[in-house]
Amino acid sequence: MPFDPSRTSGSSRAPYYGILAEFATPADLYHACERVRDAGFTRWDAHTPFPVHGLEGAMGLRRSPLPWIVLGMGLLGAALGFVLQWWVHASAYPLVISGKPYFAWPAFVPITFEVGILFAALGAVFGMFGLNRLPMHHHPLFRSKVFERVTDDAFFISIESWDPLFDQSATGKLLESLGARSVEILES
Amino acid sequence: MSERAVASERDLVALRPEQATIPPGHPWNRIPLIAAVCALLGAAACAILGAANPKQFFFSWLVSFLFFLSLALGALFFVLIQYASQGGWGIVVRRIGETIFAMLPLMAALFLPLLLGLRDLYSWTVPGAAEHDALLRWKAPYLNVPFFLIRAALYFGIWSFIAILYYRGSRGQDVTGDPGVSARLRRIAGPAIIVLAVTQTLASIDWIMSLTPKWYSTIFGVYFFAGSFVGFIALLSVVAVAMRRARLLDTVISAEHLHDIGKFLFAFTAFWAYIAFSQFLLMWYANLPEETIWYKARLEGSWMYVTLFLAAGHFVAPFFYLMGRTVKRKGATLAAGGAWLLAMHFVDLYWQVMPTLHPEGLRPSALDVAALVAIGGCFVAAASWLLRRQALVPLRDPRLAESLAFENA
Repeated sequence: MPFDPSRTSGSSRAPYYGILAEFATPADLYHACERVRDAGFTRWDAHTPFPVHGLEGAMGLRRSPLPWIVLGMGLLGAALGFVLQWWVHASAYPLVISGKPYFAWPAFVPITFEVGILFAALGAVFGMFGLNRLPMHHHPLFRSKVFERVTDDAFFISIESWDPLFDQSATGKLLESLGARSVEILES
Repeated sequence: MSERAVASERDLVALRPEQATIPPGHPWNRIPLIAAVCALLGAAACAILGAANPKQFFFSWLVSFLFFLSLALGALFFVLIQYASQGGWGIVVRRIGETIFAMLPLMAALFLPLLLGLRDLYSWTVPGAAEHDALLRWKAPYLNVPFFLIRAALYFGIWSFIAILYYRGSRGQDVTGDPGVSARLRRIAGPAIIVLAVTQTLASIDWIMSLTPKWYSTIFGVYFFAGSFVGFIALLSVVAVAMRRARLLDTVISAEHLHDIGKFLFAFTAFWAYIAFSQFLLMWYANLPEETIWYKARLEGSWMYVTLFLAAGHFVAPFFYLMGRTVKRKGATLAAGGAWLLAMHFVDLYWQVMPTLHPEGLRPSALDVAALVAIGGCFVAAASWLLRRQALVPLRDPRLAESLAFENA
């Protein structure tokens, strides 16, 4: 079905989310992503039922800042764990345990390590949530009927309407020319 | 499946033998001769210096022997886990590991000089040592010279058997292309890992722990294993990068493979520290003399500085250095980390062995260098001689295409 910008499900003047294009195979999607990337779009995404190797390169995604969050949280946790033990054992409530000095640093290492790991793991999970703006209770993509197959056997590109290069007619035609099986306009 | 993966699979799936051999006239053809000359010079230096100070010679020889032995054992473990796990990525570097563990029979020969110095090395071998010592008498059923020699023969017999089995199998597959070889070697890899773990543990007890015959440590075998595996992966990173630089396998070993080698190096650096600290923490906490005796010798005098250097250089610095992705994917930075850890692995073994000879403090000796050059020369000469005679990758392994096309997710 050829793309017709006037055919939308709602009022054509209402603010809308963007354009969704469906591709038949991972290879089609991969090459389409390369072209969308090269066209200079920035507010867009690809959706697949399974990880497609190298897709982040085809999409021109930068590396995630998540590793730095994890490293920072890990170091912070380790430092906090160590200081906590120093404060308890050597400052706030000094007790002689097994004839060791108050500040018995080797005994602090396992807790320091564990708290470091705990904070790094929390940083990884919640950092990922934050970067992905999760939890998100609804997304305009879910309005689309064909998009339901994204967890099954269909591959999608969505381009958001607030992308500086976005033009309803031209962007839709571009996606169609890249081999999209169907192209539709998404209400917000 | 990215564009690049598809392309490389198409181009390289049939790796021609001449793409994976050292071409005639290549500088690497000269390595065996150069290394053999080094070995001879090192052996001569050992003979001259060792005649004046045999005790120092035996200890220096033991450190260097353990260093190269541990690299070969680490290589054997690496290849065995590749088979057992049916790993795909590592096929292109597996032949490097096979060449290194093929040195195990040679290590048996390099062990022989130590037999002349058992009384200098191991105090429990001195006749009458156990007579007035209840603990040594109690340990005598294990710690006695005949059983020690039988065990050593068993270790080398078993290691050489496994090494030759896997080396021959892999080389044979280059000719026949029989995928059944891979299946057969995979089936025995699991049992072989268990046998290797037991023999390697006992060997470390015999050759390192029994330097301090009254010392107890239940984790020592794992500690020796951790060091040996870090050492081998460090060597693998250096050799893989050196090959790429020498335009050998430069189209075969990619940044993806270096990345995985780097991940192994990073992970097992942390594993080594975990085991090393576990041993220390429990002994420090329990504070029992038969355990702390070993650390006391290493926390006093100048050995204390070596201990701190080891903690910083074998763990803290490489841990943060190897953490990033870019460092692991670039040849120069990965090989620098590998070379550093290889050196630290030597320091680790030196620190385990030498305080027995020099309890008063660190006393470097020219014999340390002479023994390292002598054993290292033999090791490198034999390994590089093998490299000249064989393909540098297992040419017809059924997973070679998968390895060539490998990409990190």
